[in-house]
Amino acid sequence: MQRVLTSIILVLAFAFPLAMKSWDQAYYISFASRVMIYALAATSLNLILGYGGMVSFGHAAFLGCGAYVVGILMAQGVASAWLAWPAAVGVSALFAVAIGAISLRTRGVYFIMITLSFAQMMYYIFVSLKAYGGEDGLNLATRSDIGFGLDLADDITFYYVVLLILAATLGGLHRLVHARFGRVIEAIRENEARMEAIGFPTYRYKLVCFVIAGALAGLAGALIANQNNFVSPKLIEWTQSGSLMIMTILGGVGYLYGGVIGALVLLVLEETLSSYTIHWQLPVGATLLAIVLFAPQGIAGLFSRRSPARER
Amino acid sequence: MATDDVTLDVDAGEIHALIGPNGAGKTTLIAQLAGALRPDTGTIRFDGSNVTATPQHARVRLGLARSYQITSIFRSFPVLDNIALALQARSGTSLSFWRPLASETALFDEARRLVAKIGLQDREHVAAVELAHGEQRQLEVGLALATLPKLLLLDEPMSGLAPEESAHMIAMIEGLKGTVTILLVEHDMDAVFRLADRISVLVSGRVIATGIPDAIRKNAEVKRAYLGDEATV
Repeated sequence: MQRVLTSIILVLAFAFPLAMKSWDQAYYISFASRVMIYALAATSLNLILGYGGMVSFGHAAFLGCGAYVVGILMAQGVASAWLAWPAAVGVSALFAVAIGAISLRTRGVYFIMITLSFAQMMYYIFVSLKAYGGEDGLNLATRSDIGFGLDLADDITFYYVVLLILAATLGGLHRLVHARFGRVIEAIRENEARMEAIGFPTYRYKLVCFVIAGALAGLAGALIANQNNFVSPKLIEWTQSGSLMIMTILGGVGYLYGGVIGALVLLVLEETLSSYTIHWQLPVGATLLAIVLFAPQGIAGLFSRRSPARER
Repeated sequence: MATDDVTLDVDAGEIHALIGPNGAGKTTLIAQLAGALRPDTGTIRFDGSNVTATPQHARVRLGLARSYQITSIFRSFPVLDNIALALQARSGTSLSFWRPLASETALFDEARRLVAKIGLQDREHVAAVELAHGEQRQLEVGLALATLPKLLLLDEPMSGLAPEESAHMIAMIEGLKGTVTILLVEHDMDAVFRLADRISVLVSGRVIATGIPDAIRKNAEVKRAYLGDEATV
């Protein structure tokens, strides 16, 4: 059943830009790319928040880090996606190692606060980085160059590249959460003390999970830099971490597709409501409230009889 | 609670019971032996090596595992998955990101054997949270047992059990005799005197007596400090 549903969604996603183009609605192709990039970022947060129970309030740090790596390399004349994107992933992963190694020594509210402070530190580092635009941000000359005669400046090509990356990531994470590692992460969320007592070095596993999530957020950052042709410290602001959290909670904490659903719903809500009123945040807030109250498992939870992170 | 200069020798293969009044430091001692708490001074030697600075998870790999007085299981996981998880800890790496866990038949076959050993074979697929209290206590001990310990630290396995459940647990622990060394902390004196090869008495963080059950029963100091009327078993 799930396989059929996945196939249908993939076919629809594949046909989407062609349909939009034939209906002369090219704007929505770029909008859909943005949704998918945020879906990737929210999914990476869901891995640590939903599966691992690590409530990180600084996830935008890695998003911004990935974006800045692409931006700075571009400013230095390195346009190749094959260099810049892996670099974005690698640098974000390194930051995740450092931030995780310290933050994961704390728990609960302290973990929330310390991840938030690291993200804020990163924010101010980029604000003070005058060589790369400081507070005003940095324009990218072009989109990254992926070769093969493909041009990412074409929104449809970019859409398909983002779709491919998102689908591959979700496929990989599907394997991960059903493999030994996923079980360990889930069990740590459920009962960390007992995990230590049956012989798991929980800190190490949590750190690995945190780094994977950071690296994926870095990849999303590399894509968002391309999407906007622009990077700025705004990407790292705490509100950005907040949005990622809202997407995750809205979509379904601990459901593989929670981040995707959450990003789609939140961005579509923002997009449609903001065309009616400048006070669009009010109805968005009310919707969030309704979901938290009536569907505490998120939207994915409404369609699943299984408890989160236990789906097969 | 604290422990004060405890010296305790547990011989291989025996069931060594540790008794004492509430607040004597029994659970603290278990936590120190297991590695969840670091002692301020003193050393803990296990199987000939000094493990005082060894973290808990590494001690488990050396064969030192504990159970909890307050049930600590993976509540949303089925019984079988609880046990398989403990087996997973000591069989190969868990930094495995691709191969589905469900395809590891050897792991689950062994888990099934262990589930039968703790008497929950009919409840394999029931989530741990749905089990009766007595069954949860069996799973609690089973999790520690599944790490294949050389020394098993059991912290009040009978706690909160009805008489027939206690009898079941006593039989289960009796069945382990000889295959694993057990340090048993227990308030249920029936269980202690039935199971223990030797007994140590902990009062205010100090061991005031160690000996075979008969000697402990007759020990005047122990009677005064703890056993009192309960000793007439």
